[in-house]
Amino acid sequence: MKCDKNGYFGEFGGQYIPEVLKPAIDEIKEAYSELKNDEDFQNELSYYLKHYAGRETPLYYAKNLSEKLGGAKIYLKREDLLHGGAHKTNNTIGQALLAKKMGKTRIIAETGAGQHGVGTSMAGALFGLETEIFMGSIDIARQQPNVERMKLLGAKVNPVNTGSKVLKDAVNEAMRNWTATFENTHYLLGTVMGPHPFPTMVRDFQSVIGKEVKKQIMEQEGRFPDHLVACIGGGSNAMGLFYPFLGEKDCSKINMVGIEAAGKGLDTQEHGASISKGRKGILHGMLSYFLQDEDGQIEEAYSISAGLDYPGIGPEHAYLHNLGRVEYDSATDKQALNAFMELTRTEGIIPALESSHAISYAIENAGNMAKDDIMVINLSGRGDKDLNTVINAVNKMEN
Amino acid sequence: MKNLNNLNEKPILVSFLVSGDPNIEATLKYMKALDEYCGVIELGIPFSDPVADGSTIQEANVRSLSNGFKINQSFDLLKEFRKDSDTPVVLMTYYNLVYNRGIEDFVIDAKKAGANGLIIVDLPLDEAEEYQKICKKHEFGTIFLVAPNTPDERIIYSDESSTMFLYLISTFGITGTRDSFEKMTFDFIKRAKSLCSDNSKLYVGFGISNEKHAENLISQGADGIIVGSAFVNIIKEYGDSEDTIIKLKELAKELHGGIEKGYAKYIKSD
Ligand SMILES: Cc1ncc(COP(=O)(O)O)c(C=O)c1O
Repeated sequence: MKCDKNGYFGEFGGQYIPEVLKPAIDEIKEAYSELKNDEDFQNELSYYLKHYAGRETPLYYAKNLSEKLGGAKIYLKREDLLHGGAHKTNNTIGQALLAKKMGKTRIIAETGAGQHGVGTSMAGALFGLETEIFMGSIDIARQQPNVERMKLLGAKVNPVNTGSKVLKDAVNEAMRNWTATFENTHYLLGTVMGPHPFPTMVRDFQSVIGKEVKKQIMEQEGRFPDHLVACIGGGSNAMGLFYPFLGEKDCSKINMVGIEAAGKGLDTQEHGASISKGRKGILHGMLSYFLQDEDGQIEEAYSISAGLDYPGIGPEHAYLHNLGRVEYDSATDKQALNAFMELTRTEGIIPALESSHAISYAIENAGNMAKDDIMVINLSGRGDKDLNTVINAVNKMEN
Repeated sequence: MKNLNNLNEKPILVSFLVSGDPNIEATLKYMKALDEYCGVIELGIPFSDPVADGSTIQEANVRSLSNGFKINQSFDLLKEFRKDSDTPVVLMTYYNLVYNRGIEDFVIDAKKAGANGLIIVDLPLDEAEEYQKICKKHEFGTIFLVAPNTPDERIIYSDESSTMFLYLISTFGITGTRDSFEKMTFDFIKRAKSLCSDNSKLYVGFGISNEKHAENLISQGADGIIVGSAFVNIIKEYGDSEDTIIKLKELAKELHGGIEKGYAKYIKSD
């Protein structure tokens, strides 16, 4: 999908920003549209993705899981093996390079699970950029290992105690900070959200995922997959997987599925399912779907996985949902935990809780699919950061 | 820029309060207390995610929302205020609240309640076409914001698009009080004045809290100053009490004095 010049995907997207930020956003837009087609920049990016971050990542046929579920052949795109432990690194290296080209000396970022914070801190260390991370104090408590990693990498971690003290509030604080510091600072947004050009730019940096899958699945199966599945916080790992398949004529039959967090259930107040339960609204610079009350006050999102508890979704997903091109489903905490255990035991791979939401789709559906169906699941990150959360949750269930 | 409300010829004080901080009845009392010193009152409608606001106004939003604030309460409050005063009132909020109600319904309800105009902090001109059409249709005031880094042509366009006044953001950053103002702000006021139409009103806001600020900014040619966090801080400290009213009036009077001094300087320099 191409967004129009004001950054709209259909009616979604745009640039709803305070006036002070307009020149800063324009600067990014210009720099990015130049570098996007700049061979040197793309070569430099590819160099770091390959030699520093470890691309390409494997596309692994999960034979044990496939056989146990007894239906579709399940492939896992192993973004968990990327340096940093999640797909986030694709975007942080891209944007940090952009920041350097723009002459910025400082990068700031929001983080929920801490994966984007870690990715940003690594890029900051690598490229010699002063780094500050904004993180809700609730997320700091539940993602301690990542907080320690960010600090070791030399970043300053600012606890955010406003609002619901999670991801959306971290975005608010990062934006406030940027409003005063944009002259020397780049706001390194972590997902396909925010004002134009962020949704397009982050999607482009993450598209390396889908491009590799295309090539790898042709090598291994000689044809494109029937199903593409990814979890959705803001939607960057999902866009990265889907996007390269979206423009292709012979891909029109591919069933693409984004999995939102259903938390304690869609019939409760505690979930992060902006597409299933949200309405159109405007926050963080974009028109998209948001969880909100009847007055338009944004509601808190909830998920056992910190990376999915954002009350909105990137505008391109809102558009794809309206078109009916991508199906948006959800998985509860319980289903995600179950998927976490299942993958860990059957394949010896410990997935991030975020990614476990996508695995859960396979567990629910693969058994009903034909044996020659091919499903590719984006394993967006590894689960080391979630061990405490999982152990506590499992203990609770057993007691 | 059309002068919808015949705003005063001399520079004015614009006071900002958050509806429902700490409760709706108190906000009405505070509006009445500040009325005699103000050319315009700016009434904030609290939003869950006020990204352009510093901690003082954020906390005021939280105080109001955690008491169960609903948008209609701002309108009801304004209707009450209108029984005693015809001081222009502009509402200040974030776009989601307007969009969610429906732009036209919001404007109709606001106007019916007695509001004269609206400031939407996160609605830049580029996204405001429909909003401007609706405001024009209902003869409702529009106010856009410009900042020291806004290019000349965009300041002119913003001036033309603002039917009540143009809001000059003093420096980069969010709301909250500041120690002093620098050359950047003074240059910005002068630049804006030279670009905008002669009968436009240019009010400066963000960071202003005392007499000296008022004097300095008005002496550069601003037509008004907008003061928020300094008033909200008083409300935070003294809560719903008589003391709050006394302190609010004291500060308004002090700022008013600064404006008079600044204006005298400006006239002399002119
Ligand atoms: C491992 C992992 N997967 C997925 C996400 C969700 O982000 P997105 O929807 O942008 O891919 C996160 C966010 O922190 C994450 O850490």
